[in-house]
Amino acid sequence: MQDTQGTPEVRVFRLNGRPHAALVADHVLLLDYLREQAGLTGTKRGCDGGECGACTVLIDGRPRLACLTRAQECAGHDVETIEGIGAPGRMSALQRAFHERLGTQCGYCTPGMVMAAEALLRRDPDPDEAAIRAALGGNLCRCTGYVKIIEAVHDAVGTPR
Amino acid sequence: METLPPFRVATPATIAEAVAAAQESRAARFIAGGTDLMVNLRHGIGAPDVLIDLRGIVDLHGVWTDLAGTTVGAAVTLAELAGDAALAARYPAVAEAAAAVGAPAHREAGTVGGNLCLDTRCVFYNRSAWWREANGFCLKHQGSVCHVAPTGTRCHAAFSGDLAPALLVHDATVEIAGPQGLRRQALDALYAEDGAAHLRLAPGEFLTRVILPADSARSAYAKARARAAIDFPLAGVAVALRAEAGRVAALRVAITGTNARPLLLAGTEALLGAAVDVDAAWLERLGKLVQKQVQPMRTTLLAAQYRRRVAAALAQRLAATLAGAASQAHAA
Repeated sequence: MQDTQGTPEVRVFRLNGRPHAALVADHVLLLDYLREQAGLTGTKRGCDGGECGACTVLIDGRPRLACLTRAQECAGHDVETIEGIGAPGRMSALQRAFHERLGTQCGYCTPGMVMAAEALLRRDPDPDEAAIRAALGGNLCRCTGYVKIIEAVHDAVGTPR
Repeated sequence: METLPPFRVATPATIAEAVAAAQESRAARFIAGGTDLMVNLRHGIGAPDVLIDLRGIVDLHGVWTDLAGTTVGAAVTLAELAGDAALAARYPAVAEAAAAVGAPAHREAGTVGGNLCLDTRCVFYNRSAWWREANGFCLKHQGSVCHVAPTGTRCHAAFSGDLAPALLVHDATVEIAGPQGLRRQALDALYAEDGAAHLRLAPGEFLTRVILPADSARSAYAKARARAAIDFPLAGVAVALRAEAGRVAALRVAITGTNARPLLLAGTEALLGAAVDVDAAWLERLGKLVQKQVQPMRTTLLAAQYRRRVAAALAQRLAATLAGAASQAHAA
């Protein structure tokens, strides 16, 4: 049993809509896999302990923290990161709303904010302000004071996902 | 933060496979959502060679209700529980407590069993390995002194799960699987007042289900914390109240965040029989009961005395609200 610890194995899951094979050991965090192996550095390492939401990704459409999730447990599931939202040069409606409402300043929390808001709008296409605040409750921002972020998500309500 | 130590993950498909996997290694740990355990492992607290992920076991999923009550699988996520309208109608405190855990992403991962078996917390314990080492470690892990109460002999780390008090006021039973098979016991008997050994589970045992008896009491949960999301409770209080013929016929109060175990308040029977439009004296007696029994220590950044008072205030507020609703229903 001992000798299997730390041995990479192939895990197959969907990553941003495409089938993906990851060669990864059981104890590797999804955050480390995404940033260090898959080269997807949009997912940010913030507090690195489940308290700030900067590493929020979607697993099966639900918000999850990549710093508390193992890559191994994603096998067979659908993982989405900020790189899967919009396309280079073509922002999603939510990203455009963050841009136009000045919902992003230093930008470090923004990928996590967008993913948490994306999860909300897929589940509830017409959230009120209380629902928006609740959905972003786990995402910390030290720049904006949150008002512009809430306004951005509110602006994106009703736009095609 | 530190990277995780190397371990293997076992993914049993049945309860029997999970029990067998635990017997293969003395250093194995059960895991479900991992929202707390992963942080502790990264802090160098424990070094399991195997993590046994219980979420692939079908028998641990699902919420079902019949005339006798409601059964909740231990691997049901807190988000599923918080979003279950039928459960919220029967056991409001349970759904409210589930919705009060962490933030949305924690609730998507965290489970009922994980929240009930949550490790106790302390400002001297939930720290990085180098921080704890520089401080001489502590009684709960690797050290010999409790920095909260250095002259004492036991660990005062506080139980901080939100679900337990809500389930306690509804008289929940838990089903436990282990090498001896399945057993059932009152949820209250799962806990001990010792921060370093607060769970009465034998090696290789894990929770499989929570069983809530049918209950006509109305209930509610309230939680005091520094921020409205993410934070663990400074104090969390669940109250269940049933009225009959305009009188308080049943009252159960349970508290988290103040003791090494979730505390089911004793002595509430002295408050029964009062008219359901309860007066200030009745609430004062309830507040005193809470203040006398909670034992908050300096395990959080906020003062213990604040947590004692806020626990009493939350209990009074919830009881007044529930009694008020019962009083209106009686008048109507």
